[in-house]
Amino acid sequence: MKGAAIKIAVLQFPGSNCDQDAFHLFSTGLGLPTRYVWHKETRLGEADLVVIPGGFSYGDYLRCGAIARFSPVMGAARDYAERGGVVLGICNGFQILCEAGLLPGALIRNSSLEFRCLTCDLAVSDAGPAFNTRTLGTRIRLPIGHGEGNYRIDEAGRERLETNRQILLRYTDNPNGSLGAIAGVRNEEGNVFGMMPHPDRAFERFHPSMDGLKVARAILSLRFPEVSRKSA
Amino acid sequence: MKIKVFVTPKRNVLDPQGVAVGHALESLGLGGLKGARVGKVVELEIEGKDSPELRAQLDRLCRDLLSNPVIEDYQYEIAGT
Repeated sequence: MKGAAIKIAVLQFPGSNCDQDAFHLFSTGLGLPTRYVWHKETRLGEADLVVIPGGFSYGDYLRCGAIARFSPVMGAARDYAERGGVVLGICNGFQILCEAGLLPGALIRNSSLEFRCLTCDLAVSDAGPAFNTRTLGTRIRLPIGHGEGNYRIDEAGRERLETNRQILLRYTDNPNGSLGAIAGVRNEEGNVFGMMPHPDRAFERFHPSMDGLKVARAILSLRFPEVSRKSA
Repeated sequence: MKIKVFVTPKRNVLDPQGVAVGHALESLGLGGLKGARVGKVVELEIEGKDSPELRAQLDRLCRDLLSNPVIEDYQYEIAGT
């Protein structure tokens, strides 16, 4: 794919278990130079996108993402995001970003109390120049696999999400009780993205869907407009 | 000095665990149940004495780490000073 200069950094925590999936989405799936950054690192190095992968960082002790938030690499990720760097958190990565206050809201236990593992239909929202129905289509399908994906935010916060078009995706058949069936959000500035569904489990022909490529391209297109869905 | 920190889901936040535990209690014969919330207790043992500085530090740590203010409340008890 064009734009081989785009560099991806995938963070790794003790207990991350989708780090390799995220790595392969960007390296194998999109052909981009991708590397891991260990949680003890205080610098990210050169990166055009920082991916916080899924898993159970630090055993999910206390709350999902609560401990990872204070890791050295998250200090670097916070600086990176505050300078306008693009960050994508998937599943546990989304939980970490919420705990860190880089995204609004919080994720609690699924209303069913069950770990839900299935491929979901998701309605795409118009959430700014990169993430919208033009770059993604109105519906995509992505797998989920989580026990704590029930998105919560207070009423004022929810109104802000709607007003600022910060909602990325909604479940068409809510699997976890999320408020407003919200599956993913971005920050107000538009450079930090988080979602419970896994684009990193949807890019190979043997995956239940290949829509993860569209999601990855949409987010990259924020800084690299040449990465459109046409270059599939 | 022993400190017990109690972390509970906020009143206006759905508590799926509490709901499930409440149903189980009712099925075991508990009548008149009006609510059940499940939280956690963190027990700390610290050398030193209770002081306004300690409490300020505890409040900060409770807000930053031990609870998530978006979904949880906290309180603590200090004993043995």
